[in-house]
Amino acid sequence: MSARERILGRVRRALADVPRDDTPYERAVVRDYLREHGERTVEQTVDLLAENLADYRAVVHRTDFDELPYLVMRLLAERGSQYVLVPPGLPPEWMSAADPTRIHDRAVSTPQELDRVESVVTGCAVAIAETGTIVLDGSPDQGRRRITLVPDHHICVVRVPEQVVSSVPQALERLDPARPLTWISGPSATSDIELDRVEGVHGPRTLEVVLLPS
Amino acid sequence: MSGTFVGMPAFPEAAREAVRDATLRGNLRHATHTIRAKRAKAVAEVPDWDRLREAGKRIKDHTLLHLDRYLEQLEASVTAAGGTVHWAADAEEANRIVAGLVKATGESEVVKVKSMATQEIGLNEALEAEGIRAYETDLAELIVQLGKDRPSHILVPAIHRNRGEIRDIFRREMGAWGRPAPDGLTDTPAELAEAARLHLREKFLRAKVGISGANFMVAETGTLVVVESEGNGRMCLTLPETLISVVGIEKIVPTWRDLEVFLQTLPRSSTAERMNPYTSMWTGTTDGDGPRAFHLVLLDNGRTDTLADEVGRQALRCIRCSACLNVCPVYERAGGHAYGSVYPGPIGAILSPQLRGTGSEIDASLPYASSLCGACYEVCPVAIDIPEVLVHLRERVVEGGQVTSRGDKVVLKPAKGHAAERAAMRAARWAFSHPGALRTGQRLASRTRRLHPRTLPGPGRAWSGTRDLPEVPAEPFRDWWRRTDGGKDGVK
Amino acid sequence: MRVALFLTCVNDTLYPDTGRAVVKLLTRLGVEVDFPMAQTCCGQAHYNTGYRHEAEPLARHFSDVFGEYDAIVTPSGSCGAMVRELYPRMGERARAEGRGDTLAATLAPVVPRTYELTEFLVDVLEVTDVGAYYPHRVTYHPTCHGLRSLRLGERPLRLLRAVEGLELAELPGADECCGFGGTFALKNADVSAAMGADKVRNAESTGAEVLCAADNSCLMHIGGTMARLRTGMRPVHIAEILASTKEDPAV
Repeated sequence: MSARERILGRVRRALADVPRDDTPYERAVVRDYLREHGERTVEQTVDLLAENLADYRAVVHRTDFDELPYLVMRLLAERGSQYVLVPPGLPPEWMSAADPTRIHDRAVSTPQELDRVESVVTGCAVAIAETGTIVLDGSPDQGRRRITLVPDHHICVVRVPEQVVSSVPQALERLDPARPLTWISGPSATSDIELDRVEGVHGPRTLEVVLLPS
Repeated sequence: MSGTFVGMPAFPEAAREAVRDATLRGNLRHATHTIRAKRAKAVAEVPDWDRLREAGKRIKDHTLLHLDRYLEQLEASVTAAGGTVHWAADAEEANRIVAGLVKATGESEVVKVKSMATQEIGLNEALEAEGIRAYETDLAELIVQLGKDRPSHILVPAIHRNRGEIRDIFRREMGAWGRPAPDGLTDTPAELAEAARLHLREKFLRAKVGISGANFMVAETGTLVVVESEGNGRMCLTLPETLISVVGIEKIVPTWRDLEVFLQTLPRSSTAERMNPYTSMWTGTTDGDGPRAFHLVLLDNGRTDTLADEVGRQALRCIRCSACLNVCPVYERAGGHAYGSVYPGPIGAILSPQLRGTGSEIDASLPYASSLCGACYEVCPVAIDIPEVLVHLRERVVEGGQVTSRGDKVVLKPAKGHAAERAAMRAARWAFSHPGALRTGQRLASRTRRLHPRTLPGPGRAWSGTRDLPEVPAEPFRDWWRRTDGGKDGVK
Repeated sequence: MRVALFLTCVNDTLYPDTGRAVVKLLTRLGVEVDFPMAQTCCGQAHYNTGYRHEAEPLARHFSDVFGEYDAIVTPSGSCGAMVRELYPRMGERARAEGRGDTLAATLAPVVPRTYELTEFLVDVLEVTDVGAYYPHRVTYHPTCHGLRSLRLGERPLRLLRAVEGLELAELPGADECCGFGGTFALKNADVSAAMGADKVRNAESTGAEVLCAADNSCLMHIGGTMARLRTGMRPVHIAEILASTKEDPAV
């Protein structure tokens, strides 16, 4: 007998005493929890996102479309970044003022090469105000998962308010599970030393989130 | 389970040492009290916590009661998305599958995301025996691995170590495993985290095979979810060419939407954060992004035996948040090692004797490693009534009865070593069923009270070694009641 | 209303003062209380140690003895929780074992009629000022079963705050278990003692003369630890504080 048959057989025998229950799944679980917490205007939701991002040590910037290239230039300059990674579908205007050498994602073939790049600039798929989370889904303006992981400095542009949702349930509704997803809430951190939170381990140690009104 | 736990003494003996270790007591007290207050605050932010908890419980219960269907659905979804599904009935089978998959890549080292399932099956030791070196990349797991130590907490396996001890381990051991600790390393957590970053980076960058567990598997979509903080998970899940995930069969949720419950309750319960820094979700393989080969090893290893127990099966709802450890007064004083399992604390006390059976000394003693104070049940985000299961397992130990072991129904004999207690319980039951006998006993105690010693011999020393005995009164209440007609005649 | 005192086997044998205090207090509040002489033990120690089948005859006996009363009042949070929370579970387990509904039906009447003392005072009698006088500094330990099974909440504190002369000191780490836990105190004596010592240290830090609780089992453990550590603090059951008056003060 294969392990598969053995395990499924054990499961069925284990449940032999359970009365058959054909309640459809939708009715078996009562979902009377909230879809979002609190009532807010669109602006307040964006403010809450900014507040919660900052609470977990992301650096939050607000700018407009015209100023964005200069902000990106300044943020890269402040880091002294020589090389910056750019996903294939990043709007070229965002980088139009930046000095550092642009490295296109596909040009970086090995993790070691990626490790020599200092910064990365991406968009995002959705941002969650209540938890201070940005979610990347590998769309062309975000690129492969590794490019936002190995460089130590990540600049992520969130289009507000249309990319901002209030809550985790609302975020899941917008996301496609078939895509590889990365949920990011602040720079990498650990609680492994005395259960005290410190920021900065393997992921980017600096996360800058730019809120860009459309 | 891991060979490192074989031959553990029973819980009370193991705990005795920990109770006397002042450093350990201090480390545990500091860490658990820090997180306790934070968790309470994070949970209080969510007004519908009780409803989320109830929904989480129901999702898990529903899944468990239809587990065969969801396992088959998950297998189909993962396969359709480009993954390969393997089934492992026990630890040995799982280890054999993983070792075979690693060997097939031609690699002799792997990087690992912290995973309870691979700890449980002793995967690192099994790989070592096959000439494959497994590098733990979670900071706490790294501390445990470098220190040749055992994990003592579900979330923070090195919780028993303070910053000074961690610095010493890094200075002493890192060099033998790769990049040595930086010169002049101090004990500030930020510097220690930086040392781990430098040490592990070269391993991440060259890794060809990653091994993980998963927090959740979504049956309808085939999506796996790993919840983490440091980014080591992302490294292991995205940089290698081959990814092998070993996941317990109880980690399934039916639908994508179910994640909306657990992604709210898990981070707040475990690290007391609104959201943990990184959550990775992947469905099979994606062209050009991440591993080209994905293997999912579905692990039973005692889970179906646990499922067969009507009361005990609720332990399979566990999402490994470790909130129950952090509030447990017994864990705080006994430490995680005393539980003789990778699953310490209250959840371990009900999980280990079910996954492994109550045959060994340690497993038979775990159901008693609790004062039944109920703090664990109160914080559990999936409402596992741990005290209920503890009492149920005590019954299994003292009374024996029918249980399921490796899929077969067997009848357990009552455990040895409880004969005197059983006789005492029967005698007490008899006396309590005969009020006259109880009264006679009480009077005897009262009349001889001047003769009672202040300390007790034999097993009674367990009480009188640290606590004075109560004085037996001159007369029991019932005699006073009778004598004074319920106090009506005013006699005191 | 026919009210029965379920004193518990521990109080009957070792703490008759608590029983006398309950009688005095309830009588003062105009409640005539009966003490059915056939009462013995609720079966808690048996049940919690794994001897559920030995506990069943005791539960049936409890139901026989107290079934006729409108209210069953007990000065013990853990024994109250045994009846209220675990008797229904015993019935369910018997049913699951194919023994029908008999046990559940036998136990059902006593479950909703069983009250822990402070619940009875606040919820049924609807009093919080019981006219007590107790001129001491007191700290209150909410025992685990009272706190988490019966959810006594603020009830004991409301009663204590209304006591004339009583100065209430907040106990740090109040909701942490004292380490008694029935047979746990013997089976895991080292951990139990460590928990007890921490509880006593917290109690001492309040500067109170008295630590009070609504359960003598926990007080036996805490008091035994206090005596051994020579703290000079005393454990007192809340009933004895509430029964104390200027005319007839508790010692």
